[in-house]
Amino acid sequence: MYEWLLGTGMSQSLANIIMGVLKSLIIIVFLAVSALILVLMERKVAGRIQNRPGPNRLGPGGMFQTFADAIKLVSKEDVVPSGADKAVYILAPLVIFAASVALWVVIPFGPNLVVQDLNIGLIYLAAVTGINVLAFLMAGWSSNNKWSLIGSMRSAAQLVSYEIPLVLTLVAVGMMAGSLRLGDVVAAQQGGIQNWFVFPQIIGFIVFVVAGMAEANRKPFDLPEGESELVAGYNTEYSGFRWAVFFLAEYANLIVFSALATTFFLGGPSGPLLPPIVWFFIKTYAVIFVTMWIGWTLPRIRIDHLMNLGWYVLIPLALINLGWTGLYVLWRG
Amino acid sequence: MSAVAVVAAVLAVAGGVGVIASRRPVRSVLSLLLTLLSLAVLFIGLGAEFIGLIQIIVYAGAVMVLFVFVISLLSAKNEPLERPVSLLPGQERWGGVAAAVLAVLLIVAGLRHAYPAARSVFDGYGAVRAFGEALFYEHVFVLQLAALLLMVAVVGVVILIARRS
Repeated sequence: MYEWLLGTGMSQSLANIIMGVLKSLIIIVFLAVSALILVLMERKVAGRIQNRPGPNRLGPGGMFQTFADAIKLVSKEDVVPSGADKAVYILAPLVIFAASVALWVVIPFGPNLVVQDLNIGLIYLAAVTGINVLAFLMAGWSSNNKWSLIGSMRSAAQLVSYEIPLVLTLVAVGMMAGSLRLGDVVAAQQGGIQNWFVFPQIIGFIVFVVAGMAEANRKPFDLPEGESELVAGYNTEYSGFRWAVFFLAEYANLIVFSALATTFFLGGPSGPLLPPIVWFFIKTYAVIFVTMWIGWTLPRIRIDHLMNLGWYVLIPLALINLGWTGLYVLWRG
Repeated sequence: MSAVAVVAAVLAVAGGVGVIASRRPVRSVLSLLLTLLSLAVLFIGLGAEFIGLIQIIVYAGAVMVLFVFVISLLSAKNEPLERPVSLLPGQERWGGVAAAVLAVLLIVAGLRHAYPAARSVFDGYGAVRAFGEALFYEHVFVLQLAALLLMVAVVGVVILIARRS
């Protein structure tokens, strides 16, 4: 494609820009389709767990329910509350969506199937996840609503606390692979299931999944939007398409975190017989299913328990894991 | 230098203007954030990817979140200041003079090529490996001293909070 563009006599920088736009569009379409699938999957899994059928009217097995919901959301009126800081209010969903798209830049879907395999991919991931907090704070503050403000403060406290164990496990993964490039992390796990990082890094894997669920606002940790106490948290005032963008970003964060767990600990896009990209999606959706299972089984935890879990359990575990990884790498030679 | 650098530079200056021009504190913080992110882009464009990303993690991810936190809690009122209040009467014109002198000096320095032409540096300069080697081999003593300083600050905070409650 790139060569073809250059072949038409186009300058190199213009070809780069066109390729960048195309790749971003592919990621956005992929995220939108994934969100449609995930919404249906979430409702079906929740239905199974609560011993009810879930959506089953529209289309075979309720398949088209999500489309109907999406059309409803897009056609709703777009309300900006009076007294809101309009520019910040409009900017917040864009920032969170841009951050969730930007995360996909470094994730390898398969051999040579990655937007840009940065040589500092792990640090890049840590940097871009930090942007989410700002979007929540922007949304909560600009709405001029106390529920939004309290919800966004909770979000910020939660995300900042759980980012630390998350990044510490990333450091351990980098030590194991001897590189910060995600392609090298996948390459270090080639050659069968015994080489997956999940075995030497079992503590890291558990910490990563728990902290990742908190980062993605998944069910037992979805305090920022605790409906029973906060109406809906930071996005209370948002409606229609802007609300849909927050919703989309939330599912995008869920799938990005599952894809990262796959890449870091479960060998990434590698496996026998089937093509790599199929393996990538099988593993990613397996992780997503487990998080939904956990989420719909456990009740929402209290805010002080959440903070204690983060600071007194996950961070010490992540530090122990870091020390153990150092010893392991030394011993392995 | 590419178009990306020019756009980032313009955005950085625009953010800087926004910091002092906006009436609402939260908007000032967001403008400052724009400046810092544009600087990160400039760092990355200069080949210092590590510094650029650390800039985003430390400033955008940590310091700015703290700022927004404090400001939106302290002045949650969404009202701009009624009229511009001069907090430093009499100092404004001297600030203008100082800024003008500094601008002239900068332009003269730029025109006279005060800085030597960039020397060719080794491959991978500014990358994580080179950065880590400089930090943990050459300057390890300074690093430890800085760590000690930060720890003293943390202990001080804990003592202050414990005394108050």
